Formats: sequence, C-alpha cells, structure tokens
Amino acid sequence: MATTKNGLAPTEVKEELLRKYPPKVARKRAKQIMINEAQQAETPEITANVRTIPGIITMRGCTYAGCKGVILGPTRDIVNITHGPIGCGFYSWLTRRNQTDASAPGAENYMTYCFSTDMQDQDIIFGGEKKLEAAIEEAYEIFHPKAIAIFATCPVGLIGDDIHAVARKMKAKFGDCNVFAFSCEGYKGVSQSAGHHIANNQIFRHVVGENDADKPGEYRINLLGEYNIGGDGFEIDRILKKCGITNNATFSGNSTYDQFASAHKADLNAVMCHRSINYVADMLETKYGIPWIKVNFIGAASTAKSLRKIAQYFGDRSLIDRVEEVIAEEMPAVEAVAADVRTRTEGKTAMLFVGGSRAHHYQDLFAEMGMQTISAGYEFAHRDDYEGRHVIPELKVDADSRNIEELEVEADPTRFAPRKSPEELKKLEEAGFKFKHYDGLVPDMDKGTLVVDDLNQYEAEKLVELLRPDIFCAGIKEKFSIQKLGIPMKQLHSYDSGGPYAGFQGAVNFYKEIDRLVNSKVWGYMKAPWQEHPELSAAYVWE
Amino acid sequence: MLLRHTPKEVAERKALTINPAKTCQPIGAMYAALGIHGCLPHSHGSQGCCAYHRSALTRHYKEPVSAATSSFTEGASVFGGQANLLQAIENIFTVYEPDVIAVHTTCLSETIGDDLKQIADKAQKEGKIPAGKHVIGASTPSYVGSHVTGFSAMVKSMVAAFSEKTGKKNGKVNIIPGWVEPADMEEIKRLATLVGVEHILFPDTSGVLNGPLSGEYKMFPDGGTTVADLKATGDAMGTLALGELCSGDAARLLDSQCKVPCKVLDMPFGLRATDRFVDALRILAGVTVPDEVALERGQLVDLISDMHQYFYHKKVALVGDPDQLVSMVEFLVTLDMLPVHVVTGTPGKAFERRIKELTAGLPCEVNVRAGGDMFLLHQWIKNEPVDLLIGNTYCKYMARDEDIPFVRWGFPILDRQGHQYFPTVGYKGGLRLLEKILGVLLDRKDRDDPEQTFELVL
Ligand code: SF4
Ligand code: SF4
Repeated sequence: MATTKNGLAPTEVKEELLRKYPPKVARKRAKQIMINEAQQAETPEITANVRTIPGIITMRGCTYAGCKGVILGPTRDIVNITHGPIGCGFYSWLTRRNQTDASAPGAENYMTYCFSTDMQDQDIIFGGEKKLEAAIEEAYEIFHPKAIAIFATCPVGLIGDDIHAVARKMKAKFGDCNVFAFSCEGYKGVSQSAGHHIANNQIFRHVVGENDADKPGEYRINLLGEYNIGGDGFEIDRILKKCGITNNATFSGNSTYDQFASAHKADLNAVMCHRSINYVADMLETKYGIPWIKVNFIGAASTAKSLRKIAQYFGDRSLIDRVEEVIAEEMPAVEAVAADVRTRTEGKTAMLFVGGSRAHHYQDLFAEMGMQTISAGYEFAHRDDYEGRHVIPELKVDADSRNIEELEVEADPTRFAPRKSPEELKKLEEAGFKFKHYDGLVPDMDKGTLVVDDLNQYEAEKLVELLRPDIFCAGIKEKFSIQKLGIPMKQLHSYDSGGPYAGFQGAVNFYKEIDRLVNSKVWGYMKAPWQEHPELSAAYVWE
Repeated sequence: MLLRHTPKEVAERKALTINPAKTCQPIGAMYAALGIHGCLPHSHGSQGCCAYHRSALTRHYKEPVSAATSSFTEGASVFGGQANLLQAIENIFTVYEPDVIAVHTTCLSETIGDDLKQIADKAQKEGKIPAGKHVIGASTPSYVGSHVTGFSAMVKSMVAAFSEKTGKKNGKVNIIPGWVEPADMEEIKRLATLVGVEHILFPDTSGVLNGPLSGEYKMFPDGGTTVADLKATGDAMGTLALGELCSGDAARLLDSQCKVPCKVLDMPFGLRATDRFVDALRILAGVTVPDEVALERGQLVDLISDMHQYFYHKKVALVGDPDQLVSMVEFLVTLDMLPVHVVTGTPGKAFERRIKELTAGLPCEVNVRAGGDMFLLHQWIKNEPVDLLIGNTYCKYMARDEDIPFVRWGFPILDRQGHQYFPTVGYKGGLRLLEKILGVLLDRKDRDDPEQTFELVL
C-alpha cells in the first residue's frame, strides 16, 4: 500500500480527518474523501455537489456570489444592480481581481461601481418591487447604459418580488437598454456553482444572439470559463493574437455586452473552466452548431497543447505552422526559468483546494516545477469534474440541483449552421481529436493521493499537520490559518494580487512566485533563539 | 478615470445606492464576537454571508477569521432554520470546542422569523450545549441599520448573556471601546492602566486579530475578553461607553440589568475626545492623572502647534462610521482644518445634528449626510474640491481620479497595513493621525512645488 511522505498510509490520514466528527458528519464526509484509484471498496466514486454541513466551517460561498461575483463581475459595460440589503452588494464590490481594459476612448466601465437597492425593513414587509423599479429608472437616468442586470439576494425570493417582471417592464419602457434579472438567491443550490449556472442561463437567454453583425478576423473562437483574474485573459489574448486566432468573446473575463451578444458568430468554443460553463458550450452547439473542446492555458505545456488543438480543429496548414512558430518562440524563455527554478522546487509537494477547475489545472504548473500534488479537491465542482464527463448520465438530480433551471434549447431556425460537416468531424475524431471531452482531475493524480471535495477548515488544518506539504493553495479565508502553521499558502482565487499565471508568460510568473514562496527565509524565523535553546547552561564568556 | 461615469450634477436618488458607505449588520456582530476569548461567531443564514464577512475581515486584518454558518438551503428557507442551527451547535462544540458560540442572524433568518433564544433554549434542553459552555445570540437583520448597529447588538447581547450582579463591587471600571481596531483597544487599556484604573474592556479584539506568526495555529487566540470578565462587568463601579451608536445600548443595559452606572462618551480620537475620556476615567475611579499622561498630551499639542501652518484651513472630505467621524471631525476642527463634506452610510439624523454643531463656527458651508453614499461624496467633491480625503480603501478610486491626498482610516482597509498594530486613539494615536495627514499633505507639496520653490526644511 502506498504511504505518504511522513510514512502514514492514506487510509490512516483519512481516518484521522474523520476521527473527531460526530458519526453522522463522519459518514457524510467519508464519501467526499477519496483515496485515489478507489482503493476503498465502499467508495468507488466521490460524492460532490452536496450540501455543506451546518456548523462545519466551509470554504464555500453562495449562489449570488457565483452569479453576480464570478460570472457577471468581469463584464464592464453592464450596470449590475444588487436587489437586497446592502451587504451582498458591498462584499462583491471589486473584491475579485478580474481585470478589464476599458482604455478605448468612450469605453464604458461600471466595474468600479457598486449598485444596490439597499432594502430596508419596509421593503421586506411591503415588497421591494417598487424600489427596484425606481432604482433601475435612476440608474438609467444617470448612466444610460446599454444593459442593466438585477441580482436577487436571499430575502428577495422569500418575500416574492417578481424581479423578472420588473425587468421586462423596464426594458419595454426604455427601448434602448436591455434589462434582465437573475434569481440567484444565496440559499439556492449548495454553492457558487448554482450561481454560475443561473448567470449563464440568463446571459444565453437574454444576450447571446442579439447582435448578428459580421465580425472581422479569421479562426474565430470563444473562450469560455476564463475570468481574467490577475490578467490571465490578457496573456491568453496576447498568445491567440500572435497565432492569428481571433477571440470573439470571452465568458466572461474582460468582456463586454457586445461580446456575449455576438458569441454565436464564432466557429469553435474553447472551454477553460469546465465546471462553470460546460452547459453554455452545449447550448451554443445545439442552437448554433458550434462545436466545443476542452482547453487549458494554465501551464506552458498545456498552453502549447491547447493551441495545437485549436489549430488542428481549423485544419489550415498556415495556422498549424504559425502556432508551431509561436510555441517555438515562446518556449525557450519559459523552459529556461523552469530549469532554474526546478533546482529549488524539485521533489516538493503541494495541496490544491480551489474552485471548480484550478485545483486540476494548476497541477500542470506544479509538475513543470517537479512538484507533486499530494492532495487536491474542488470547493464547488461536480462529479464529472473529478471523474470525467462519462459519469454525467449517472448524476442524480437532488432537491438542490432541481432548483436550478435547465434551459430547453433547440436549433435556431435561421442561424443554426454546423461548423464542420459530419465527415470532417469524423476525420478529426479518427485522428484522436476529442470534442466535448473532459476526463476530470482524478486520472491526472498519483496513486495514493487524497482527493477531498468541499474541504473544510478543520480538515485543511489536519491535512497540513499530518502531511506537511511545502505549499498549500486555496482562498483568502484559508490563507492565514495555514500560514500560521508555518506553511506558505498561495491564493489561487485572487493570486495574492499577483499574476497573470496563464499562458507562457504566466507560467514564468508562477514558477518565480512559487520559488519565492517555498524558499522564503521567513519560514525559518518561527522561533526565537531562546525558544530553540531555552537552556541557560551555555553561558557567555564576557571579554 | 476609474469612476468616469460620476457626473458633477447631484440628482437626488430615492432608491438606488451607489458605492455604499456602510455594509450589513452581521459583519459587525462577527467582529464584536471575535472580541470574546474562546468564541466562535456563527452566522445563522445561508453560507454566503458568512463567507463574505470572513473574507472581508480577513482582507482587512490579514489574520485567520473563523466563523461557522447554518448553511441554509431552500428547505431551511421555507421551513425555518431551527434544525440547521441545532445541528450546527452540536457539530461546533464537538469539532472546534469553543467556550462560546455567538450566533447572529442574517436577512434570511430574520425574514423567515427564526427565534434564536427559543432555538438556544431547545439546544440547552436537548443537551447540545456542554456544561460550562455558552450560546449567545443577537438579532442583526441586514435590512435595518448597518454594520455598526450589528456590532452594537452583539455587544449588548454580551451583557444580556453574561453580566452578573453578585452584590459585591469589584472596584473596576467597564470600558466598552466600540468598533475600533485591535491596536486601539490595546491603547485604550494602556491609557486606563497608566491613569491607574482597574478595568474590564469588552469586546477586546487585541491579541485576536493581530496575532503573531510562530508556526502554531490557534483557532482561539490568547486575546479576547474572558467569560469570567464578562460576568464580572455586572459588579463594576461604572461603565464608560465609547461611541453612542457602538456602545451606548450595552452600557445602558448594564445599568438597568446590574445597576452599574454608565457614561457615554465620544470615541477617544483626537485631543479633545481623549481629554474627556481620561478625565472621565479619573473622576469615576477617583485617581490623579499621572504626569506621563500629561506628557503624552503635551507632545500632541506640541506637534499641532509646530505644524499648524499645514493644517490651517485645509478642506477635508470624510466618509466612515458615525461614532468615529464625530470624533475625527472634532479633531480636524481642533487643528483649524475645514471638514467640508462628511458622509456616513449609517442612517440617523442625530449624526447630522452633531456634525453641524461641531462645525458651526467654521468659515465655510459643511455638507453632511447620514444614510449617504460615496457616489454622493464624490459629487460633492467635484463641486467643492478638497485638499484631503479621509476614509476606507474604497476612497482610493476617488483620490486617484481627483488627485486628492488620501489618508486611509476606518473599515475596511484592504491595501495598506498598520491599522492592526498602531492605534489612532488616545494622544499617541493622535500623533499617528497627524503623522499620516502631514505625510500625504507634504508629499503632495513636494510633488507639486516648482523646482525654484522646492524646500528642504518644512
Ligand atoms: S444576505 Fe443579508 S446578511 Fe448576508 S451579506 Fe447579504 S445583506 Fe448581509
Ligand atoms: S447568502 Fe444570501 S444574503 Fe448572504 S451573501 Fe449570499 S445572497 Fe447575500
């Protein structure tokens, strides 16, 4: 049986994680902690996307956070109004690091603003629709934006405000401003993931396809599930541009309303974060005939691989050659830094507990530094993100997922156009090209590593104590409790104000950052000399 | 321009808040609860609020902030959150073993109408609360008041839950510091000790949110007011409550519940408010103020006089919380500065009256708004430019767009350090405030002065 670095068997680690829990909690958590390669007969699969246990301190946020914060947060020219008490809007104000480039003359940018109806008790008692209507009106009067989006917070659903009716009414009234709403109350679903789904559904329903004008550029793709944290999207755009690939729309990093509106004009959807958006890729295919592939621009090798995949899809010799040129041009600098950093990082270990794709993607970057990921898991992913898309038909629809609308989508009567003929698709597939394919995180992790879904504070601390990784990656709430233990912690949501880490230049940034963190002198300062050597015997000899 | 869409013309808004100058009650309750030793704050609602509050406090303090949540889902939202809270209480005492769980409500549980007291009683009856452990609760609907009132509600519930009158006075003075930084709480204790007054300070986040790095993680750090001390507040000689909004209610409850007389003072920011605090301590405890305190005071007066030319008639815009702003505006007036725009997001007409009183004699118009927002403040600034801006980190967008010297003060501060270590209360804190104000004003002068008038000595 495999043992971990400190000699503990993975089963022993798992037992230790569960030991202190009340029996009910232990039973539930046992199903969400998997020793890789399913060594325990009773849990051949991992349980994911299930409720958080009350009282167990979780990393997760809410549906509103996933909808307003994650998906709509990075779009700069929509006025996002939070309908609810002030808190939710306040906390989601500029706290995610999605960068945007609004430098073009006349460009709109509302991302620096926070808009809220700041509901008061009389609105809770008598209903908040009137106030919402007035707030939309005021926003329109002051800013004249092209779109206004409304986000419901917890109490709104309970008091029964019909935000969609208000949105329809105001849209009709203005005529030149698209108004749409999101029923993303925090209690819906079990995590942010539900909010991503609600957000993407509404964008698909109300915005995608609104602009039929032809766009310039060859090899048009949409990049789905890339949020431009720390400028990741900028680096990916730089590389795509260099290759001659046109990024038609990013969902939703550095995006504009118009990008969404013309998303149906692309010829390929490249999906970064599978969790937050794979259903949009499916819907774009069904409605408009655009195929999708999984890509990953985290890690230099993965970036190269993803570029080749896109080039192979389009199949033009000139594009394939250009992509090879770009890779050949970019790689030497990346490899030089990797080789240098590797002398200091080789053999070190990492743990990654983030979101819905990063805990997988970032393992590539660590591997490029010779570091092993000994434990990983997602905060809000589903089983397919762990085990691969082949499990999707088996996924049970529970009470919480039933809450989240699945859009019924059909081929658009006039605009559906298959981008490839069945023969072309077949040829590509025979050449090993995989559409709509994602194997998940589990196959990429070593035997005996621990995969933990919805890791909580208690388990995080235990894992770190037992396995002493050289670096731990999670979010702001976990950052300092881990570091108090003397283990460097890298935020992979906000990047600790660093980045970009995507693409080639991003890989270089990440290697250097991890080198800095794991080799920082500060971890050697935990004890004062008198704490290390409390004995008084070695008396000084005074000159 | 980062706030490129903000027009100069002020149009009154009735429904839309833009760039809020407040946040919701629960985060205040969470911050206050962290000031009890061995306490785990608990958010009774869906998990998102708790995640947001923990993140906001963590970004401000760069310290771990533990808090649990009832993790409501749709079912709990319909049928009530009792089952979730009971389960949470059991899990928390088993897994984390705190001395106290301090529950606060959210807009969700308040809208549903969950009764914390009744749920806690049920937990007690069902044996879910181990002997010697406590569950306390505060009602903090986010559609009423602001983060400040949430803080106040949790402090008040500390009194309701713990303060006991044994009949034997303990000779101590209770000090309720209000929502100030851990370093400020430390400084208030130092001043009280220096004056020679035995005291119980509650809540006390010093030693909780400014802890050391030593290779050890303590979920419950060494700091915080102990339950024993909280109980003993009922036997004190008297209570000094700093800040009407943050601390007044708790002090008055202590008076009616345990007959401990109270005096509500302004928060001790700046010269005059600190003078009143020290004087009140002296009178209440019947002691003579030692020379060391007079020395600290004298140093502050000295710096004011030395650098008065740089303060004189400089226009200042401020945004923050009512109790803090009242003292800060008074301090600025003391310096002969002109606080011309003052905004708080927390509602309350008393605040506007108080600011008007404090600024009555100034040779300028003063704009003041309770229940205002930063969008309004920015518009005022566009109409009447200022020399200095004081407020939380969100002000930096205005400061950059309008090119205004900016001192970060208040909550939250997300992009600079020091607030958790260096106080701004008391005479020492006054010195630090002046150092910061002078720093930005003189940096600006050095940046803008033409080469021929650039000065070495200022
Ligand atoms: S839901 Fe209510 S309590 Fe929670 S963050 Fe929003 S306003 Fe605050
Ligand atoms: S859980 Fe509800 S109230 Fe809390 S932050 Fe999320 S939407 Fe707002």
